[in-house]
Amino acid sequence: MSYPAARPVTFSVNGVSHTLSLAPWVTLLDALRERLRLTGTKKGCDHGQCGACTVLCNDQRILSCMTLAVMKQGAAITTIEGIATGDTLHPLQQAFIDHDAFQCGYCTPGQICSAIGMLREGKARTRTEVKELMSGNLCRCGANKTIIDAIMEVKESYE
Amino acid sequence: MNNFDYLQPQSVSEAVDQAGTNDSNRFIAGGTNLLDLWKYDLLHPAALIDINQLPALNSITETAEGGLRLGALCTNAATAYHPLVEERYPLLSKAILAGASAQIRNMATNGGNLLQRTRCYYFYDPAVPCNKRNPGSGCPAIGGYNRMHAILGASDQCIAVFPSDMCVALAALNAVVLVTGQQGDRSIPFADFHRLPGDQPALDNTLLPGELITAIDLPPNRFATNYSYLKLRDRHSYAFALVSVATALDLDGDTIREARIALGGVAHKPWRNELAEQFLQGKAAIEANFAAAADILLQGAQGYQHNGFKIPLAKKAIIRNSLMALDPASQLPGAQPSA
Repeated sequence: MSYPAARPVTFSVNGVSHTLSLAPWVTLLDALRERLRLTGTKKGCDHGQCGACTVLCNDQRILSCMTLAVMKQGAAITTIEGIATGDTLHPLQQAFIDHDAFQCGYCTPGQICSAIGMLREGKARTRTEVKELMSGNLCRCGANKTIIDAIMEVKESYE
Repeated sequence: MNNFDYLQPQSVSEAVDQAGTNDSNRFIAGGTNLLDLWKYDLLHPAALIDINQLPALNSITETAEGGLRLGALCTNAATAYHPLVEERYPLLSKAILAGASAQIRNMATNGGNLLQRTRCYYFYDPAVPCNKRNPGSGCPAIGGYNRMHAILGASDQCIAVFPSDMCVALAALNAVVLVTGQQGDRSIPFADFHRLPGDQPALDNTLLPGELITAIDLPPNRFATNYSYLKLRDRHSYAFALVSVATALDLDGDTIREARIALGGVAHKPWRNELAEQFLQGKAAIEANFAAAADILLQGAQGYQHNGFKIPLAKKAIIRNSLMALDPASQLPGAQPSA
């Protein structure tokens, strides 16, 4: 069987442009983790059910496991490695620490990227709505209460 | 998982031509269901035809008759939050926002929503027979564990349900699906787009091989005031419906001028029965009438070993949702029951 050739794909990750030679079936998640060694983005279910692989694509939160990297030519990707400013943590990173918003930490990068996207969308007004709009990020440790506490603190400090 | 080629057509006609060169070629837009099926080894595309670069499919515009045309490539999120959709078709916004997660709604498109496959767990398990996946092999859901399965319109070959929320609202709103293909353009009334399993459960819908959805038309209506979408499921959010109900009412005081009721999670397609809607026409918007309409809508419902609960659940959901439609402010986000 002959396989279609890999092709060059250029997109930026955390403000740095990368050109990779990728086969069509490589997901954005695998390109980030295996080719760019940005392992902060996690592979949980790999089927779009858990949210651990959430990244920002052109400022919108998406699932990198359900995205082919070749489809993101020219896109601007932001991962958990790209949200701090130097040594200063992003407010959500600091709030997650302050509220003890994790146990094992595996879902945390996806939770934080998703929360950044959710706050930017500006559709959640109440805690109930924040919970609803964060429901695509599962925490199997059950830290959901403190996760929402952390997000609410940042949300309210923005308002 | 198989390897595949990747094509980037520059026009709709080029995309249609590329689909025609190999029956195993597939269009990809959001990819949220297609890539999942590929990863489960249920779909083996020869080439994926990436239609995301076709701007002609990516807008929401007003139609001459006063409705809206939703581009097939518009995302579920862009559609649900579009000012004209929120203003004229809030039932559709509610239904879309009851489905999937925010990340998936940012990716998944309107055309793709119509084409998602069932979530029947036997369909997803290649180790067991399935008439939808492998015609003629059998249906383990009949006589197996069938809690999520159909109570209406099923056949002795398949009792799978269609999982969409968005399509339940589109059915209630009498949407029209616009498609194009090598035989030209067609308009398909929403009720005729999805099909019942019958003796061909492998076919979810009436699209011809290689046809491409280009847009969904919404006709003008008077349902922007009294509407509700209720979704009942095993967890409060990010789960498929056991039963969902889209209700749209056009009221003259306390009298129903026109009613639409569509059910999700109960059949191989969104379920409507115009007799139930005609029954409500000219009647008072009260619980007893909604209960009688529910009985008409659920006529012929049949439970299997584990899903018989859906029949009384659907009746209660229809009544409750009709009452919530009288006061849409009573609805919680995610189409949850009112507090």
